[in-house]
Amino acid sequence: MINAYDILETIRMIQDECLDIRTITMGISLLDCIDSDIDKACDKVYEKITRKAQNLVSTGEHIEKEYGIPIIHKRISVTPIAIVSAACQTKDPVRFALTLQKAADACGVNFIGGYSALVQKGFSAGDLDLINSIPEALSRTSNICSSVNVGSTRTGINMDAVALMGKIVKKSAEITADRDCIGPAKLVVFCNAVEDNPFMAGAFHGVGEPDCAINVGVSGPGVVRAAVAKYPDANISEIADVIKKTAFKITRMGQLVGSRASEMLDIPFGIVDLSLAPTPAVGDSVAHILEELGLETCGTHGTTAALALLNDAVKKGGVMASSHIGGLSGAFIPVSEDAGMINAARAGVLQLDKLEAMTAVCSVGLDMICVPGDIEPSTISAIIADEACIGMVNNKTTAVRLIPAIGKKEGDMLEFGGLLGSGPVMSIHKGSSEKFISRGGRLPAPMHSVKN
Amino acid sequence: MKAVITVIGKDTVGILAKVSAKCAEYNVNVTEVTQSVLQDMFAMIMLVDISRINKDFSVLADEMNDLGESLKLSIHTMHEDIFNSMHKI
Repeated sequence: MINAYDILETIRMIQDECLDIRTITMGISLLDCIDSDIDKACDKVYEKITRKAQNLVSTGEHIEKEYGIPIIHKRISVTPIAIVSAACQTKDPVRFALTLQKAADACGVNFIGGYSALVQKGFSAGDLDLINSIPEALSRTSNICSSVNVGSTRTGINMDAVALMGKIVKKSAEITADRDCIGPAKLVVFCNAVEDNPFMAGAFHGVGEPDCAINVGVSGPGVVRAAVAKYPDANISEIADVIKKTAFKITRMGQLVGSRASEMLDIPFGIVDLSLAPTPAVGDSVAHILEELGLETCGTHGTTAALALLNDAVKKGGVMASSHIGGLSGAFIPVSEDAGMINAARAGVLQLDKLEAMTAVCSVGLDMICVPGDIEPSTISAIIADEACIGMVNNKTTAVRLIPAIGKKEGDMLEFGGLLGSGPVMSIHKGSSEKFISRGGRLPAPMHSVKN
Repeated sequence: MKAVITVIGKDTVGILAKVSAKCAEYNVNVTEVTQSVLQDMFAMIMLVDISRINKDFSVLADEMNDLGESLKLSIHTMHEDIFNSMHKI
């Protein structure tokens, strides 16, 4: 029989330490829905998504019951819409956003990701139309996520796109100001975006992916924190081993749930994204793991080192637990979605500059950070450029999800509710970056991009 | 196909009887039981064979959960795969 201790440990992880499967995300290719007639294209998109994903939510719920583990989200990612809409004679990509929203409602999923464009080297037909439509699309839908990839280690950074995205982020906030500026909370600007990411808001289904695939994102900051708490006097090597063992167990859940979902839906299993994804709930915080490691408050000196240790151990522990890992894989550090980060930011200990340093060693980037509403678009662009460079030079994915809090200033709070949480408006540097951003052009790829 | 039923809570009369009666109702065979009572806390782990279950497994899981609530106990019914995959390489 299975060891009684192991059984109780699993139950404790789920009951007391918030272990869950964060998301089962079905990636659906829309390449076969392309049509020069936008009405036909939208019909095909709706038909394909609702056909492929009709049983996604019920299957997820069935697996939750079978294994007794919560599966928080059932979601869909699709081919970047800029590719699908490019062929349409009518240049109105928002029509696709509305179609995706209708499909999300029909399938019962809580997000569809992929209102996206990949412009790391330049804009192709359809890209500019799509990017310019993002504020309207995010305002007129509630369950659609958008992302734009502006750079990569191979190509360098498209600084024209960076300049444009500063304006788009600001405009998205302005036209949703009556709804706590929710627009930009659904918009991610990437460098080195990955094609199989199951996590929102940055999920899209890359063109190199199969027609349909199941990707799973695991979570479990509470479990890691509880495991670390059992070893108050262990040295860093021992702590790294504790985290690795815990990450292994968490990732095995993802592998099990992913393969079961794939079998039930008869859709190939893509990857497990072995991530520590926090929520604003008590006991589900990445910041609290860092504090458990010995930092008085997340954001103080030593935070980058502690996060690097955590991120590395999560990957090393998780890698053997799954047959295919992918996505973003690592620790997420969204400010508004993490109770410990919110507290640290409100206390003024966690600041934007420290967060930027942390993004060099975490799984993604500057995530869910509220900035003053009077921020210049060029300053947003400059923050995006800094962040994209960290990703480009370090061969990793970085992203920016900033929320300009229209009408609010430093220290005020924005309340999104639910898993998006709430965040204090953080301070930014006062000096202008206008001239630098207005130059445009392409920021050259680093030397190590030439590696063939 | 096997599942694990765990029952944790304050000891009262007839816990084992009620849980196993529910198993019988669903044509689920109890293959192993370990239980301990520490002071007045009751902890039982039951390994059951669900290959001939006469309804959907999720219905049993819900029923057991309801039974747990009525007895003020915590009852979890989970497929054994979750434990095997988490704790065995």
